[in-house]
Amino acid sequence: MSELGAVVAVWRREFIVFRREVSRVVSSIVSPLMWLFLFGAGVGGTVEVGGEHYQAFIFPGIVIMATLFTSMFYGVYIIWDRKIDVLKAVLVAPVSRVAIFFGKVLGGCTDALLQAVVLLLVGLFFVSYTPLGLLAAAGIVLLTSIAFVALGLGIGAFFESLEGFQLIGTFVVFPLFFLSGALYRLDQVPGWLRVLSRVDPVTYAVDALRGVLLGLNVFPLSLDVAILAAFAALAVLGGSLSFGRMK
Amino acid sequence: MTAVIRTEKLTRDFGKTRAVDSLDLEVEAGEVFGLLGPNGAGKTTTVGMLTTTVRPTSGTAVVDGHSITKEPGLVRRSVGIVFQELSLDGMLTGRENLELSGQLYGVARAERRRRIAELLELVDLSARADSQVKTYSGGMKRRLELARGLLHRPRVLFMDEPTLGLDPQSREVIWQYIAAMAEAEGTTIVLTTHYMEEAERMCDRIAIIDRGRIIREGTPEALTTALGGDVVRVRAARIDEAALRALPFVSKLQLEPGGATIAMERASVNLPALLAALGPIDAIEVRRPTLNDVFLASTGRHIRDEAATGTWLDDAMRLVVQGDRR
Ligand SMILES: Nc1ncnc2c1ncn2[C@@H]1O[C@H](COP(=O)(O)OP(=O)(O)OP(=O)(O)O)[C@@H](O)[C@H]1O
Ligand SMILES: [Mg+2]
Repeated sequence: MSELGAVVAVWRREFIVFRREVSRVVSSIVSPLMWLFLFGAGVGGTVEVGGEHYQAFIFPGIVIMATLFTSMFYGVYIIWDRKIDVLKAVLVAPVSRVAIFFGKVLGGCTDALLQAVVLLLVGLFFVSYTPLGLLAAAGIVLLTSIAFVALGLGIGAFFESLEGFQLIGTFVVFPLFFLSGALYRLDQVPGWLRVLSRVDPVTYAVDALRGVLLGLNVFPLSLDVAILAAFAALAVLGGSLSFGRMK
Repeated sequence: MTAVIRTEKLTRDFGKTRAVDSLDLEVEAGEVFGLLGPNGAGKTTTVGMLTTTVRPTSGTAVVDGHSITKEPGLVRRSVGIVFQELSLDGMLTGRENLELSGQLYGVARAERRRRIAELLELVDLSARADSQVKTYSGGMKRRLELARGLLHRPRVLFMDEPTLGLDPQSREVIWQYIAAMAEAEGTTIVLTTHYMEEAERMCDRIAIIDRGRIIREGTPEALTTALGGDVVRVRAARIDEAALRALPFVSKLQLEPGGATIAMERASVNLPALLAALGPIDAIEVRRPTLNDVFLASTGRHIRDEAATGTWLDDAMRLVVQGDRR
């Protein structure tokens, strides 16, 4: 009972902080919009993909990109929280680490989901989808976000110094994004890239969202969701173990 | 009186460093107990073990009837902690910090509200309760931490250097709040400090700890009285050690660069004889013994070594300067 209370307490704390960090919230929405409008317009002038205008084509990829970045960096942020000892008092309370971990995961998912919903609504300018499509899209975003917040927390729990931020950015987040096919069609790339993209879980998030919003999925939707769910389960398991061991 | 804390050969190593060495101590219910020692003495490590955040290498302790090694969850429920480093959430307001802590400790909503209002009042933060903590001064943060430590009505409140880094006025204010809290709540308090004034002022009983070991234990009065008589510090170019040791009323002699600290009986009567034995001196100070003298007598070192905070040479210099002014 008090474990559940602890999950909610940590979640509430995260949400209060999210509301107060206006600049973070704004930039987390503005930068994907720049990708969409500036990058999308620039490349889109010359390219059409799958019968869709390029901007529409990359739209699902950009939503997943925003979700990936927000989720991962939210998780990794605990390196900083530990540095300034914000977590210390929380960690000595008589509640389990797992409860704190789940509170954090929920906090990160809330941030990522709210941001994705705003992007999805802006997306109505060049993609048309039904309310049901919006719901399905939100579900995919949520699953993606659970996975990457958990992964971020798990990795963040490892690092003691702030260099962890950059390392994770360079060696985890960016490769995951560029290999995912967020910006290009997976069936028209060189073989090596195709192979690499298949082991990137983000690929299936992008594919699923593209399927739901544009009907342009390469894999069956059920496969996308199954792989994503399995990955999320693994990340939650690994993340909570790593978080539990954190000093 | 019953013991709320009892440690048995509590020991912790960090690599080759023995931070806490076979500590045996007892803290009685309702008392304010002080762990006094210099930097690196093992105070924080001891508190860490008693609050289950640091695992003992060997030995154990019982806190409020629960073993720190076998029942850490129950120990956590029984204790409150005020950390040496600030650990408040700067993004949250003072009230939200307390709310979060209350929720984590499972304090029911109505009780939480009441308790938070009461504690904010006690530490005089009601007016600023809804500002973000990052806008608080150091003293205000400390007060909020004290309030947070007490929120769930712990049986034992640990305070690790509660006035570290505060200026003398703020320190005085915190002392008053701690005294008020101890009285209002009847909580057993264990505080660590390396300010001897703090230990003398706040604590019913003190353990002086150095290099992980307890070197003296007792009430502040008993510890200082046990030294016997008065303390004389002299500043002189040369000290004739043999002559001083020959004096029957000198009980301890500690030579230092540029002077000496002497423990002696009945300075009022024996000072002339001491001065005669000393020969020419530059400055002299006669006073009742302090806890620092107790530490000095046992270890040959001062509790605090930083020059700015009053080694005896600074004290002596001050005496000289003051003497000139008079
Ligand atoms: N996590 C750690 N890793 C390695 N050594 C440690 C660790 N924590 C403490 N020590 C060592 O253990 C000894 C005791 O440290 P501790 O922090 O308990 O002292 P303290 O009395 O609280 O000192 P201070 O007055 O400076 O706070 C020191 O030598 C310190 O270097
Ligand atoms: Mg310490």
